[in-house]
Amino acid sequence: MLPAVRAEAPAILLLAALAAAPFLGFGEGYMLTLLARAMILAMAAVSLSLLVGGAGLVSMGHAAMMGFGAYAVVILDDMGVTDAAIVLPTAIAAAGAFALATGAIAIRTSGVHFIMITLAFGQMAFFTASSLAGYGGDDGYTLYSRSDVLGLRLLDDRLAFHFICVGALALTWLLGRLLLASRFGRVLRAAKGNPLRAQALGFDPFPYRLTAYVIAGAMGGAAGFLFANATEFVAPAYISWQRSGELLFMVILGGVAGLHGALIGALGFVLLEEWLSHQWEHWRILFGVLLILAVLFLPNGLSGIPAQLARVARR
Amino acid sequence: MSAPLLALHGVQKRFGGLAVTDDVSLDIAPAEIHAVIGPNGAGKTTLINEISGVLKVDAGRILFGGQDITALSMPRRARLGLARSFQITSVVNAFSALENTALAVQARSGSSFRFLRPAATERALNEAAMSALEQVGLAARAETPAGAMSHGEKRQLELAIALATEPRLLLLDEPLAGAGPEETERLIGILRGLKSRYTIVLVEHDMQAVFALADRISVLVYGRVIATGTPDAIRANPEVRAAYLGEDEGAEAMPC
Ligand SMILES: Nc1ncnc2c1ncn2[C@@H]1O[C@H](COP(=O)(O)OP(=O)(O)O)[C@@H](O)[C@H]1O
Ligand SMILES: [Mg+2]
Repeated sequence: MLPAVRAEAPAILLLAALAAAPFLGFGEGYMLTLLARAMILAMAAVSLSLLVGGAGLVSMGHAAMMGFGAYAVVILDDMGVTDAAIVLPTAIAAAGAFALATGAIAIRTSGVHFIMITLAFGQMAFFTASSLAGYGGDDGYTLYSRSDVLGLRLLDDRLAFHFICVGALALTWLLGRLLLASRFGRVLRAAKGNPLRAQALGFDPFPYRLTAYVIAGAMGGAAGFLFANATEFVAPAYISWQRSGELLFMVILGGVAGLHGALIGALGFVLLEEWLSHQWEHWRILFGVLLILAVLFLPNGLSGIPAQLARVARR
Repeated sequence: MSAPLLALHGVQKRFGGLAVTDDVSLDIAPAEIHAVIGPNGAGKTTLINEISGVLKVDAGRILFGGQDITALSMPRRARLGLARSFQITSVVNAFSALENTALAVQARSGSSFRFLRPAATERALNEAAMSALEQVGLAARAETPAGAMSHGEKRQLELAIALATEPRLLLLDEPLAGAGPEETERLIGILRGLKSRYTIVLVEHDMQAVFALADRISVLVYGRVIATGTPDAIRANPEVRAAYLGEDEGAEAMPC
């Protein structure tokens, strides 16, 4: 089982580092806020990576899944419901239901068409959110308070919230890992690698892909729940196609060979973006150039660098 | 002859103006090896595609075990026990030989909507997969990624995958194509071992192999079956000889 452990090492080390961060000098409010944002986006990126790397489904509408989770928090907040025991399952169910309804159509297409149709569904969600005048429309909605956990104001405690994010991210990653290694994941990966072979063995890829789409959507919904609580604010911008593009970028930047790629990609993306933005007012240009270089020279993403170096060294 | 396991009735397929399957009717008896031979472009692969469900037929009916499967999708047909190999190797390159074969075992061993247990730890799947790999002589290469295998090894793997599904009918599209002399020997040996245990439709260019293995042979020319019969009857058939003598390499390929 040693090679298996080695394959999981990067993700486990990273998660351990995140858990230890508050005790390693990253404990002030600003840093914890940034880390929470990075971890929540990493959750969404890991769930998207399940689709991209596991199923070959390149979705350009994954932010909508987060959006459904976030707006579930808003709508329940407006109704005075703030108990996480109700809000979180609702957020997950809402995103999962949206994924089921849109995936049932989108997954009948493939390649560029799949990208376009998920983009279109994402935009539908975006415009719907913009038109929700009761929840602030374009301007967004400020939460009355963070969700409480069984009556406890647990999410208000910065450190507790940090560990909840670490735990949620670890759980998302672990579930994704198990899914991909399971019978279900094996069929999913086979249908990605060689759909004709999968069909010739009796596997119709559609139900497997749709199930994966719903699971990833539900995970995105959970990330959206946390995101709304982290910022105590929700706006249609959370669902914008730019956000979907960023999530996809994190996945590609990190590499799709394993789910830890999305972890690395998301954390790298958010932290680099934050650091650069403090260096130079025109930082976006530099950020763009760095991202382009990464895509050009890191075919397997950041997570593929060790293998790439080993290959160069052997030559 | 007992009731056929597979029956084609007046199957037709056109690509543009070209009739690639032209009113083909065939009966495949249980436990026979039925070879389909014919020159390049005769429509042999197309016929396998029609039987396995890759292609929809334009007209005609296909019965499998008495059930009309003409309208069924490829996965549905596979689940009824129709397995096939591909002329151009079609395996999952990212999977090891073992995982490719275990996937085939998985296809006939209960639901694949199981989400948490790692499939690689299921002993029943691995053991059945290993025995299929052993049958084709690939046991030592079980952990090798299929994408890194030699062409000949991939041909063996292709066969192991088909066997691992424990099919009722095996459709083999040129299983020897591209295999080296040694691998060819081994593959012919394997096919001989399957004789009378499996029902097989064998498309093959290697005439030595065909005449050694087949119980009956159908000759396909321009999408038409011009003759069906025992190897001896086919060898003696003047029409077949004419069709083959019209072809350069066919003349030598036809053992007399
Ligand atoms: N998808 C397709 N579209 C158009 N023509 C095709 C297609 N597939 C095969 N053909 C044509 O059908 C004929 C039979 O092909 P095939 O079944 O591959 O022959 P064989 O396997 O006997 O060599 C050939 O002329 C080939 O060019
Ligand atoms: Mg052919």
